[in-house]
Amino acid sequence: MASLKVPATVPSPSEDAEQLRKAFEGWGTNEALIISILGHRTADQRRAIRQAYRQAYNEDLLKSLDGEISGDFERVVLLWTLDSAERDAWLANEAVRKWRPGNRVLIEIACARSSKELFAVRQAYHSRFKRSLEEDVAVHTTGDFRKLLVPLVSAFRYEGPEINLTLAKSEAKMLREKISDKAYNHEELIRILTTRSKAQLVATFNHYNDAFGNPVNKDLKSDPKDEFLAALRATIRCICCPERYFEKVIRLAINGLGTDENALTRVIATRAEVDLKVVAEVYQKRNSMPLERAIKGDTSGDYEAMLLALLGQGA
Amino acid sequence: MGQGLGGLGVDEEALVSALGKWRHQPEKRAQLRKSFAGFFTADGGFERFEDDYIHYLKIEFARFKNIMVLWAMHPWERDARWANDVLHKAHPFDIIVEIACTRSSEELLGARIAYHALFHRSLEEDVAYHVRENFSNLLVGLVSAYRYEGDSINEEMAKSEAKTLGTAIKSAGVRNLVENGEVIRILTTRSKPHLRVTFKYYREMYGKSIEEDLGDELCLQETVQCLDSPPKYFSKVMDETLKDGADKNTKDALTRVIVSRADVDMEEIKAAYHEQYGAQLEDVIAMKTLGNYRDALLSLVGQ
Repeated sequence: MASLKVPATVPSPSEDAEQLRKAFEGWGTNEALIISILGHRTADQRRAIRQAYRQAYNEDLLKSLDGEISGDFERVVLLWTLDSAERDAWLANEAVRKWRPGNRVLIEIACARSSKELFAVRQAYHSRFKRSLEEDVAVHTTGDFRKLLVPLVSAFRYEGPEINLTLAKSEAKMLREKISDKAYNHEELIRILTTRSKAQLVATFNHYNDAFGNPVNKDLKSDPKDEFLAALRATIRCICCPERYFEKVIRLAINGLGTDENALTRVIATRAEVDLKVVAEVYQKRNSMPLERAIKGDTSGDYEAMLLALLGQGA
Repeated sequence: MGQGLGGLGVDEEALVSALGKWRHQPEKRAQLRKSFAGFFTADGGFERFEDDYIHYLKIEFARFKNIMVLWAMHPWERDARWANDVLHKAHPFDIIVEIACTRSSEELLGARIAYHALFHRSLEEDVAYHVRENFSNLLVGLVSAYRYEGDSINEEMAKSEAKTLGTAIKSAGVRNLVENGEVIRILTTRSKPHLRVTFKYYREMYGKSIEEDLGDELCLQETVQCLDSPPKYFSKVMDETLKDGADKNTKDALTRVIVSRADVDMEEIKAAYHEQYGAQLEDVIAMKTLGNYRDALLSLVGQ
């Protein structure tokens, strides 16, 4: 369930655009106004506001924002205001340019979006970067990671509920074989993970657990330092249980010393209209503390205010 | 009856007129059966129709039906059905390469959408599962591509990738070229305009076209041909399909190519055919095909 809260009556896009313009005028910036508007509008409404703003002031709203705000606050507002496909394309491009084996962004985009959404990201990527997503991923990754990531971002998985139990059994067996042989980059393993439908994969992993006594991810933990194994586990979790996956990303981002603002921003901005409410519930259960409180404890200022707005506070 | 058979398709008019001529003359039909010794064999007290020839006639009679059904079908559904056929009946995989490389990015996406709807699986899942040969990864990459279609090309990158391809080709035999990671990356992800420039630099650097140098790797060679110039590729297919002694799959290519390209680049294919073989495609088709099937083909090929 989405966490985004929108007021019962919403001003017209031109009124919102006008208010945002006022937020930039004169000395300083009225950040609270920006948050109170953008933090409580749906994707369609934000798109309409951007259009109205451009028509009225001959400039892209995002460009104006870029000149007025900065840091983590700017990043979350910018990412949030973009359309989800544009946002994912932007995040994917950043991940590709700054690629390192521990980066999860591409896996999240490939596995925690629907097939149609993933294709929309590929289209947005063409428009914005004048190259295909898969060509950039292929060029910036190597070895086992390329073998996994290129098919992941190129997949157009079937989205129906049909399950072939015989196939689930045989492919669970195949996975077990390859994992036991430590052949984690084996073609068959990659094939199964990157081409089967999500319903089929869930059935396969369930059968794995039934037949072999362990969830498949447990068997993929043999070397805690192996980044490729971690990538495989993340792939499986994003496909099977995205809310638990994202709870963990947030938990690692804020618990302990320091905060990984980029990870926190990414999860909040990309899930606020999807399942952030559920992620917050999972967080509370797991950490015995409401997510809002944890965020208040770890962040501050306008950045904190925007995150809380997206979590549904103060509509 | 000999007039009505013997090419691709059947001459329906000639056959129907034979029916009319021989009313109430069973001895004429008996004579026909005796004179076509290949089609009929003496068996007990009668001339039995050879099973192979019944099968052959079924196919030839169906050519017109097939072309009409395919012509009416949505191009996405056509491509999805051809791909599914290939994968499940173990036809040659060049049809998969053809579909993946000669369609536009949106058309290939369309074929993938239709594949979901028709077969309740994804195209790439079936390709990955059913293709067990060493070119499996290449094919999966080709059908999964959503290539950028703009003109912007990075010349330096094209040069460097031409060199990468050249190096891979020169050192092939150490590892199967069709499994080479860089070869697959370049051919399955780069845009077509970029690849054409890359192939141009390849020729400049190595003196031969990359097609020639890939002569032993049929799957790769076909991939490169389809990406570089569909009209040239299709004109080659036309030549094979219209040769005497072509096998069933090769003959089926005639319908497939004409129907799928009639609205796309038929004029360019005719021009390439004329340049390569010195004949007009329409003329050769008219010679080698019969009846309604011929008329349908010629209508699609255009004057």
